[in-house]
Amino acid sequence: MKKHIKVLGSGCATCKQLETVVREVVAESGVDATVEKVEDIQQIMSYNVLSTPVLVVDEEVRCSGRIPSREEIEEYLH
Amino acid sequence: MGVYIRIMKQREKGLRQRDQAVKWLSLVIATVGLILLYSNLERLAELVVGILGLSRDNHFGEAFYFFIYEVPKVLLLLVGVVFVMGVVHTFVSPEKTRAMLSGKRTGAGNVMAAGLGIVTPFCSCSAVPLFIGFLQAGVPLGVTFSFLIAAPMVNEVALALLFGMFGWKIALTYMIMGLGIAITAGIVIGKLGLEEELEEWVRQLLKNDFAENATEESISWSERFSEGFDHVRSIVGKVWIYIVLGVGVGAGIHGYVPENFMASLMGENAWWSVPAAVLLGVPMYSNAAGILPIVQALLGKGAALGTAMAFMMSVIALSAPEMIILRKVLKPRLIAVFAGVVAAGIVLVGYVFNLVL
Repeated sequence: MKKHIKVLGSGCATCKQLETVVREVVAESGVDATVEKVEDIQQIMSYNVLSTPVLVVDEEVRCSGRIPSREEIEEYLH
Repeated sequence: MGVYIRIMKQREKGLRQRDQAVKWLSLVIATVGLILLYSNLERLAELVVGILGLSRDNHFGEAFYFFIYEVPKVLLLLVGVVFVMGVVHTFVSPEKTRAMLSGKRTGAGNVMAAGLGIVTPFCSCSAVPLFIGFLQAGVPLGVTFSFLIAAPMVNEVALALLFGMFGWKIALTYMIMGLGIAITAGIVIGKLGLEEELEEWVRQLLKNDFAENATEESISWSERFSEGFDHVRSIVGKVWIYIVLGVGVGAGIHGYVPENFMASLMGENAWWSVPAAVLLGVPMYSNAAGILPIVQALLGKGAALGTAMAFMMSVIALSAPEMIILRKVLKPRLIAVFAGVVAAGIVLVGYVFNLVL
């Protein structure tokens, strides 16, 4: 099953960093997944989150307001 | 087989307990070490100056002493305060703060919001989701603003640096004044009834049903501590360079610029200097770490404390980039009211500081 990963964030440094880390983890683990960066504030708000950056896997919010560790991200991918 | 598994489990538990003990112990040792180092910095700095054969009587020697004394002092304090805040953050999430504030009245709600603004983890790039999320949960507009003003202005980095450079009295005064501005501005905005001045799409969103999503996660003390260390790593890792550079510039000013050089420009007698400092602060977007060391140096040269404070508050709390972000959710009139009320508060605080101190 192909995973759909979204990184939600307004484009600040922390959000960009999360996107980079996620892309790296996906590439390293060889999981079949697409990574999308969502910067539109209205779209972000539709996930009912209070703080960015947000990591969404298959439309489920897994983590918000911080950058999770690589191990955590790997766990979210499985 | 079962016995084996049980033994393994017990061993694992034992290892975990030992791990815990090691963590506690290293935390205690680190704390004692930091305190010892902190209380002996003056002597150490003089020692280094002596070893290098410098004298504090000349410009360079004085500037150098200032630098090697101030940088570690401020960094040590910062590490301590930021660590404690990192641990505190594990107790308050934005979700919990929102749940506490929802449906609160003007007045008590504003006071609570400003107070929670200090301890809730907040990054200015989250301002918009937070703003909308609060309103959705029934937090009144004015109370939400109290939170949004206090959170960046009275942050742990600013307080730690003020404490390190000016002493606890000034740090405390700054905190009280900052909270005062946040509370009052929030109440004023709430009383004005500006709900109409939110962007259309936000008002649509507020009509939708809203689902509370506060999840309680149990977390152990060792996890809280490692959050504290993470916080130190990310915050101090980001701001240390500003402190070193800022203190460097400060040291230069300290050693070379003549006494009372700033008195005519930023002194108590120049009444226009407070509003000018606030205006100057708006387009600037810096963190407290970069601006404070310079402010400190200017103070030593005759700038008035209130003027310097007003400048710092304005740089942190009223920034052009933040206005641009907020423009996505607020109509221009509400932005203008927000900026105007906060600016007025800061100017007032500047004058009060200048009069009292």
